[in-house]
Amino acid sequence: MIIKIENLSYIYNPESPFETKALDNINLEIEKGDFVGLIGHTGSGKSTLVQHLNGLIRPTKGKIIIDGLDITAKETKLRTVRQEVGLVFQYPEYQLFEETVYKDIAFGPKNLELNEEEIDSRVKNAMELVGLDFENMKDRSPFELSGGQKRRVAIAGVVAMEPKVLILDEPTAGLDPKGRDEILGEIQSLYKKEGITIILVSHSMEDIAKLVNKIVVMNSGQIAMEGTPREVFKNAEELEKLGLGIPQVTDFMRKFKAKGNPVSDDILTIEEAKVELLKYLRRRDNA
Amino acid sequence: MLKDITIGQFFPGDTIVHKLDPRVKILITFVFIISLFFINKFYPYIFILGFILTAIKLSQVPFKYVLKGLKPLRFILIITFVINVFMTKGVVLFNIGPLEVTKEGLNQAVFMALRLIFLIMGTSLLTLTTSPISLTDGIEKLLNPLKVIGLPAHELAMMMTIALRFIPTLLEETDKIMKAQMARGADFESGNILNRAKNLVPLLVPLFVNSFRRADELAMAMEARCYRGGEHRTRLNEIKIERIDYIAMIIMTIFFGFLISTRYI
Repeated sequence: MIIKIENLSYIYNPESPFETKALDNINLEIEKGDFVGLIGHTGSGKSTLVQHLNGLIRPTKGKIIIDGLDITAKETKLRTVRQEVGLVFQYPEYQLFEETVYKDIAFGPKNLELNEEEIDSRVKNAMELVGLDFENMKDRSPFELSGGQKRRVAIAGVVAMEPKVLILDEPTAGLDPKGRDEILGEIQSLYKKEGITIILVSHSMEDIAKLVNKIVVMNSGQIAMEGTPREVFKNAEELEKLGLGIPQVTDFMRKFKAKGNPVSDDILTIEEAKVELLKYLRRRDNA
Repeated sequence: MLKDITIGQFFPGDTIVHKLDPRVKILITFVFIISLFFINKFYPYIFILGFILTAIKLSQVPFKYVLKGLKPLRFILIITFVINVFMTKGVVLFNIGPLEVTKEGLNQAVFMALRLIFLIMGTSLLTLTTSPISLTDGIEKLLNPLKVIGLPAHELAMMMTIALRFIPTLLEETDKIMKAQMARGADFESGNILNRAKNLVPLLVPLFVNSFRRADELAMAMEARCYRGGEHRTRLNEIKIERIDYIAMIIMTIFFGFLISTRYI
């Protein structure tokens, strides 16, 4: 098990009129190699939770153990924690600052005090993983790139630190459909190639259904549901109560079945829906 | 560390202090500052302390909050105190190494420190009990007569409103970029001064870039809604001087008049 969270609570602005409980007694375990989707309403505590995972916020109460290391203990070096867990924030392109793409991606590895060769190979590798052409892009200014490219540079900056756990907070927010598909495709290939654990925060149930093998649903600072996409998306009514939905295609199949058509509604992707509908049509034609 | 910054922080409430007209509050604070500098004896400070404590009590702002304003200025306070203790000539009380501590110096130091503490507490009480919007409204109205000599009162007030409005946004953004760079292993908390300054580059560059972008967007949005400066603009909530404001002004005039006059008695 790579991440273990025990009784984690966090309070913003304690003892002031603005006091808010952001996390309320969270218990969660994530296995090595999991691809976890973290979903929840705005303000449900997702961002606060992921910031705890690499030591940016210290918990008010509770413990977080990452790969056997208690990161909430006082004596733990935060630099080690950040090497283990990479965090890509929402709209990460706003954190770019260097003159060239290469220098910006090298910022993280440099802070890890690696040697030049190692930095060079990591930057190359990271750029390749996010689909940026090394020779072509390395000397360009990150400020003159397009939105999607900027975001890739920012993601590469975290990937280059080669973390064991990669957390992405809404990596596709504000991108056009093409850019979105590309980024998601790159995340998936990264997951397959590097075999790392990924936590994806997203509002898109389609993306979640397509990519992850475990879903954690958060609501007002607590974990409301947890399980495989199939298990979680079965509870459409409950999700709706939390202000969330299910993938459109799952919703369609549920409604189609409710109309009296003998199909399975245990469908998460368009591919699955196609197979199921073809089976249904064949059965009907044969009858 | 960003949590320590309380400049311009507003503590919402529904008390008599909150309800006073912002113009009256600004004027009272102004007279309060002037009288602080006119007073040259210890005993009027008892009245000042009484005034501050009464105002805090009436406004229902927790005392801790008003004290928090002192925290960022503690070094200035300490330096003022130390310089006054050692630099004033007079009857020597005792020596610390080559430095002489005089009776007059000690007196002067305590006096100056109190003056600064009262100054900070009084002024932070103004911002704690007045929302930024009504504060700038008040300033605009107070500066209005100066339009005759070409002072752009409305524009100044608008600039202040925008500046105040963006303090929390900028703090939030600083926090976010800081965290993002820390997630990439940046270190903002250790090293010598030179290194620390160098380490701020990854924070400041994105912050400036984003601020310019935001300023640009705001200007566009204002123009899209036909903003053309102060002329012919009307307000949703006109501020009005009421009876309670007159009463407050009369009481405060007598009170501070007395305190200022103590200098000459």
